Parts: sequence; C-alpha cells; structure tokens
Amino acid sequence: MLDVAESPDSADSRASGRQSGLRLPARPTLIRAGVIVVLLVFVLLGLPQLLSLYYVDAMTQVAVYAMVALGLGVLVGRVGLMSLGQVAVLAIGAWSAARLLFGTGQPYPLVLLEAGLVTMILGTVLLLPALRLRGLYLALITLMLAGAVTVVLATLNFPNGGRGFTGYNGNQTHIPPIRRPSIATSDPAYFRYAVVVAVVMFALVAVHIRTRPGRAWAAIRQSEPAALAVGINTTAYKLWAVALASFVTGVAGGVYAGAVHYLYSIDFAAYTSITILAVVLMGGAYNLWGAVVAGLLMQLLPALLQNWGVSNDWLTILFGIGVVQVLTTAPRGLADQFPKDMAKLGKLLLGLVRRPVPAVPETGGETP
Amino acid sequence: MIEVGGLTVKFGGVTSLDNMSVTFDAGTCGLIGPNGAGKTTFFNVLSGFVRPATGSVRAFGDDLLSIVHFRRARWGVRRTFQTEQAIEELSVFDNVALVHEHAGQPRASRRADVLGAISFVGLDIDPASPVATLGVAQRRLVEVARAVVGRPRLVLLDEPAAGLPDAETESLAEVIRQIPARTGALTILVDHDMSLVSGCCETTAVLDFGKLIAAGPTAQVLRDERVMRAYLGTAEVA
Repeated sequence: MLDVAESPDSADSRASGRQSGLRLPARPTLIRAGVIVVLLVFVLLGLPQLLSLYYVDAMTQVAVYAMVALGLGVLVGRVGLMSLGQVAVLAIGAWSAARLLFGTGQPYPLVLLEAGLVTMILGTVLLLPALRLRGLYLALITLMLAGAVTVVLATLNFPNGGRGFTGYNGNQTHIPPIRRPSIATSDPAYFRYAVVVAVVMFALVAVHIRTRPGRAWAAIRQSEPAALAVGINTTAYKLWAVALASFVTGVAGGVYAGAVHYLYSIDFAAYTSITILAVVLMGGAYNLWGAVVAGLLMQLLPALLQNWGVSNDWLTILFGIGVVQVLTTAPRGLADQFPKDMAKLGKLLLGLVRRPVPAVPETGGETP
Repeated sequence: MIEVGGLTVKFGGVTSLDNMSVTFDAGTCGLIGPNGAGKTTFFNVLSGFVRPATGSVRAFGDDLLSIVHFRRARWGVRRTFQTEQAIEELSVFDNVALVHEHAGQPRASRRADVLGAISFVGLDIDPASPVATLGVAQRRLVEVARAVVGRPRLVLLDEPAAGLPDAETESLAEVIRQIPARTGALTILVDHDMSLVSGCCETTAVLDFGKLIAAGPTAQVLRDERVMRAYLGTAEVA
C-alpha cells in the first residue's frame, strides 16, 4: 500500500474525472440543492398563507435571529471564538439602519448593505483587542462589551426620528415608525423580504466556508501551530471571520429595525447574548442548518409558549437543560444529530417490518 | 545548507537550547537525543513559534529568524508534528492543497502538484475522502504529503513514525529517503527509532539537555561514547 515505486498514479486516476478547483464536488449536492429550493418555495409562498399574522411576525424574527446565529456560528464553529457580545453587534446594526432610514431616502437594500458595513467595521474594531484572548476570557470580555453597549443605548436612546446622530426627540407626541421597503410594507411581504435577505447571507457564508477562507478556518480551529506551519496568516483569517460575522449580524439588525418599527434599548439586553450562544450550541455551530434551528428555538418557541399561555420563564429552564443535554449527547448540535437519529429510527422501523422474512434462510442454512 | 550559530532558547529558568551551533548539509539529516533534549524546540525555532534568546539561523543564505512565522511556508519551510496535525474537517486533497495555496504556489499547477504529492507518499485512497475517516498511519502520510508539496526547501519531520507498526515505518522510511531527490529540500528527521534514523540519514546531530554533543556521519555518531552515555542515562562526565 505504501510502496512508492509502483503506485505513482493511483491517486491521479481516481481524481481524473473531476474538473478543477480544490473542492471535489460531492454527489448528493444536487439532491441537497433540490431540497433547499423546495423548502424555500414553501417558506416564501406557502407559509405566509398558512400562518396567522402573529406567527408571521414570529417567523420574521426567526429569520433575523437565524442570521444572528449564522454570524455567531462563523465565530464559534469556524474559528472557535466564543462571543457573548452578539446582541451588542445586532444593536449597532439596528441603530445604523434606523439612522439611515430616518435620515436618508436610500433604497432598503442599500441601507442594509451600509448597516452591515458599518457594523462590520465597528464590530471588528471592538473585537480587535479581544482577538488575543481565547475561550473563557474572550467570552467574558465580549459579555462586558455587550453590557457597555447596553448602557450606552439606555443613556442615548435609540433614534426615533429626531435630528442628529441619536435622533431622539422626547417631546414628540407622534413618533414616526422605522420605514419598510416599499415592496414589503405588509407583515407577510416583509417576512418574505427578511427570508430573502437571510438566504443571501447564508449563501455568503456558505461560499466562504467552501472556499479558501473556510479551509483556512478549519485549520485554525483544529490547531493554530499547524495553520501557521502551512502558511496561514491566522490573525488575518480570524479578523476575516469576525468581519464576516459582524457584517451578517449588522444586516440582521437592519432587518430587525424594519420588522419592529420602533427600537428600544430593552430589546438588546446583554443577557440575550447568552441565550443566543445557548441556542447556537443547541442548534449546531458547525452546520448552517444549525443556525436555522437556533433561530426557531430563539423566536418561534417563545411565540408558541406565549400562545399556549405558558410562562416564558420555562424557556430559560428548558434552554439550560437543553444545552447540557445537547453538549453531552450530541456535541455537534441538533442539526447534525437529528438526521442521524432519523436514519436510525428508519432502520429500526424497517427492521420491525422485515423481521418475519429472514426466518426461512436462517433455518435453511444452505439455501441460496 | 542551514548554519545554526549560538542558538539559545530559554523558557523562564529552563534552558531548552544551550548555545547550539551546527551545520546541516544537503540531503537527509538526523537529529536525535533523549526526551526533553530540545529537538522539538529547535524545530519550533525554525518554524518561528519560539523566539530564541540569542543566536542565528542562516538557511541557504537567508536569515530565517527575520521571517514572520506564517511567511516561512512561503519561503519553503515545511514540517510535521509530533502529534499529527492533519486537519480532520478537510479532505486529503484540501489538506495538501492548503499548503499549496498559502505558500504562494501557482494556481494552475495546484491539482497536479497536490495529487503528485499524495501519490508520492503512497496514499492509496480517494483524495476526496475526509481526513476524519483515516487511520493514524494514513494521517501521518497526509502530513508528509503536506511537507513535500510546492517547492519546499527545508522539511522538518518530527517523529513521523511515532506509534506506527514496523511494516509501516519501513514504507515511511522509503518515502523519507526519496524526499531530497524529489524536492531538492534539506530534510531534518527527529525520531527515537534508531533504525529509521540510520536508514534514512547520512549525517546525524545529537542533542542532550539542550547541548549539541555530537554531529557527523550517522554510523560514527551512533558509536560515539558521549551519545551512548546520554542515551543510557549515565551521569555526564563533561
């Protein structure tokens, strides 16, 4: 097997069918793409018809928090940076978008892009000193950062249509709502809009993961010395991950601003970051579907509980148990574990159905 | 040719390398010594992970220590690790391609170079298979493939045969022997397996407690009295 002299082309011949590039395309890609398209068509066209306005609003929030989870997933799952400051980053995105929407007449997609870029710069600058820290210390620093941003927000208030950077007018009796895109003013239409933005963000991250930065991140996460030894500028690539995560979260903030019409500092409490990290870990930080699961846990679950008249305090307990349970039994998250469990269940059911059949060849022994 | 002059590395009160001066010529050179002698520390200096207190390293006329660690792969330093560090999440192909794309190699020749390196080390598996599915021996070969791809000038192998059964060590030795001929790189091999070292290396240097105690043709060095003493653990007579 290891004989060098006689196996010079075995690897070549096996790979000869493939075209170019570093990624060798996997066969189930087409099936996966098909599933995603069908799911998207259902979410965009079917879901708003089936759901009441209450749940449509909840699903818009799911789209927003799926993007937040996506950003945190890049940090936790790709480069191993535990951030507890994502709510602060989301608030920066929401603030920038709100200010731009009040102050200018720019089209909504442009505002989202700008909010994303502003958040990318601020988020990266804020996390720059934290890049030298890892693990618990990084988590603590980012949590304090989130706390600091919350204090600033509570003092300055979110812009509500007044003049200047803070744009706050306390005397105003009629406060104008944050505008939505002209093509998506109704709640179902805005839900579709949010889903489309989320899909673009997921695609952006997916492209990153499949190409050069994704490969570099995989090396950094496993071993920084190994990454350095193969020539990866680990600091630059970590910064890249932070910038990408901040951009995605900033765009999510912009979508959030339009969804709720009014921003309050209480919506960006520092402890929400802990919940976000919990749902990301439960959903699965190493898998893009994990971000969708995280968004559902974060926003749909509370909406359901509220509708059923169950106190939201149960959710905190549920998440606490959930994180411990998931981390001990399925460290790669629900998005990774669920298909495996389903496959197991399928086999089990199949075995139950087929059980009477093999009784004959077993006793026969020699029968073909 | 690598000229190491007066290299000293200190970790607090511990001197890991003590005024080490040695020259490695072309070909495959062995570097041996008891545990804690400073072999891996020396590799870490060459990789840029450890900054020496004093000393110089001139590699093919360049001052290696003045190059930032992550740039050294581009210059031509390659290494394997004592505990193998093949990236589990990536395929065999991507693992090897990782070096190629970050060491400034031309994109056009990437596929051919990477597949060439994989077949050179004798990895008889689908290059698309993820490293997570491989055994220890195969992961070691992935690391060696990473070390030989894309014009290496200095290949550092840190106990590549650790934990391998004899048959696989023998095939690995065959690969190591061919590295200088294939790549033109100077190869330094650290290992505790004396048959591997004497089978691969024309010259060998010996470290003990951070001090270079012998260097020269392998057979001669292994017969050296001080080397025997260092390995057998008798007190140093100086």
